[in-house]
Amino acid sequence: MADAPQIPDEAETRARWGAFAWTAENAEKAKAVIARYPAGRQRSAVMPLLDLAQRQVGAETQTQGWLPVPVIEYVAAQLDMPFIRAYEVATFYTMYNLAPVGRYHVQVCGTTPCLLRGSDDVMAACKNRGMMKGKTTPDGLFTLTEVECMGTCTNAPMVQINDDNYEDLDFDSMSRILDDLAAGKQPKTGTQNPQRHTSEPEGGPTTLKEMVKANHDYRSEW
Amino acid sequence: MSLADKDRIFTNLYGFQPWNLKAAQARGDWDKTKDLMKRGQDAIIEEIKASGLRGRGGAGFPTGLKWSFMPKEPRADRPSFLVINADESEPGSCKDREIIRHDPHKLIEGALIAGFAMRARAAYIYIRGEFIREAETLFAAVQEAYDAGLLGKNAAKSGYDFDVFVHRGAGAYICGEETAMIESLEGKKGQPRLKPPFPAGAGLYGCPTTVNNVESIAVVPTILRRGAPWFASFGRENNKGTKLFQISGHVNKPCVVEEEMSIPFRELIDKHCGGIRGGWDNLLAVIPGGSSVPLVPAAEIMDCPMDFDGLKAVGSGLGTAAAIVMDKSTDVVQAISRISYFYKHESCGQCTPCREGTGWMWRVMERLRTGDADISEIDTLYDVTKQVEGHTICALGDAAAWPIQGLIKHFRPEIERRIRENGSVLEAAE
Repeated sequence: MADAPQIPDEAETRARWGAFAWTAENAEKAKAVIARYPAGRQRSAVMPLLDLAQRQVGAETQTQGWLPVPVIEYVAAQLDMPFIRAYEVATFYTMYNLAPVGRYHVQVCGTTPCLLRGSDDVMAACKNRGMMKGKTTPDGLFTLTEVECMGTCTNAPMVQINDDNYEDLDFDSMSRILDDLAAGKQPKTGTQNPQRHTSEPEGGPTTLKEMVKANHDYRSEW
Repeated sequence: MSLADKDRIFTNLYGFQPWNLKAAQARGDWDKTKDLMKRGQDAIIEEIKASGLRGRGGAGFPTGLKWSFMPKEPRADRPSFLVINADESEPGSCKDREIIRHDPHKLIEGALIAGFAMRARAAYIYIRGEFIREAETLFAAVQEAYDAGLLGKNAAKSGYDFDVFVHRGAGAYICGEETAMIESLEGKKGQPRLKPPFPAGAGLYGCPTTVNNVESIAVVPTILRRGAPWFASFGRENNKGTKLFQISGHVNKPCVVEEEMSIPFRELIDKHCGGIRGGWDNLLAVIPGGSSVPLVPAAEIMDCPMDFDGLKAVGSGLGTAAAIVMDKSTDVVQAISRISYFYKHESCGQCTPCREGTGWMWRVMERLRTGDADISEIDTLYDVTKQVEGHTICALGDAAAWPIQGLIKHFRPEIERRIRENGSVLEAAE
């Protein structure tokens, strides 16, 4: 496929990542993950472990992280599964990065509910900062990807940047978020609409109004 | 008719209050769970059957009936599993996310009760990978439940041992299909399995498994507390209960809201969403149940009851009750073409009609969008959607075909207009 990632050169990758091993903390986490599945079914842990590995690579490279082939091999070996089975998983699921990404992975949702609410403007704000779909900016700061529905449709349009969502965006708020990130500041996550808290209607909920102020118990009214 | 706040199940839907165990218990969760379980497995299943609860994940299969397919006496070497589908990826849907991040204990308590009722050993909650913060909340909530003795050995002092595990996905829409989810849980690519065998016979690790949607499970404790007749008092016959509706697109105030089943579309929008952008005359069409169902033109949807049968009657479906509203400013061909792109992106590649068909349909849709096509191609496209539909292992092929069929059925003149206008431009250029 034309938009498939360019898998980086094997020899270079091996030199850099061949000695990959869990940090002490992640080794503990990996053990806890494997314990969630029945004995002999440790293969089930391949997805969480690949995610953990990607995060460790991210921490080492100051990016969102990616999965070099030797790292996938390391995970496969720990789970006693053939490399190709782990590689298959890494290529099947979109959240595993098969090539390096930038410090911030800007994932703009472009599916219909976001499209209807102006995801093109969000995309334009990214392009306005010199970002290109599927590419990392030369300063290594941003990688731009158009992704499919992120399940935040009543707060469309939205973007997910690394682990956080930014919702109810427009050109200006998206530009502001990118400025903040570039300046090393953490923007407010979640909805960017000052009239909203989460997914309630703008301007305040039409239902369950008691819950806004207090942890109301409705059982006495049953 | 209007649902009162006291009859809403998800009282912390908007997260104004904390999600933690203490706050959840103050709202009534985990209240005498042991007594609910004491009623016995069969009594719980009967109660859920009597409540008329139909699966909230899209297909609408009766939940109690599904549970009753599980073996009554699981063998020690073949334990039963409950898998909870939190892989919410259907464009338009965003209800499970609200349950998980704001009311996770309803789901966890429901998992224990449902798991007990179907005699399962453990529940796996499969949450989509992109719900990163939501998964953090869910992991923490499950840990709280373990620490309080509500899960694990002798869960909630009921004498029943039950575990709940959280499994994160990694970005594949197809894993919302139950057998693909099971494959994914086993550490494989999420490619659906042929049925039969059905999961209740051979599912996760070859063991009997039931896959239920988050909302179906999370409403169970409240149904048991308030009784099946209470739940069945909402909605029309065969379409009972309350439901989380998600309204996105061109309404003044998009939102998630819990309402009575069968609420007319107009009432739903006027009451909670501040009306259609530009007024009701400006409404073009609605995709009423998430992207997989065909769109419904304005005139037919306006007073349609929002339930399984009501939407079936207008040639669509309730799906996950995720209404995507489009006003007259919408390029409706582009909107559907974007959905076609979604399915092309998400096809797992296993069955040829879907793998090749989704890409082909999207490419033709893109040409129809600009009018760079021949009028006869509309019929060809329709034919191809019919060849994809029903010829694949799972329903993704159908889901990719239906939106296009809906578009051709209702907006054929618009497509033809584009082709003609584009054609005349070409002729003028010659």
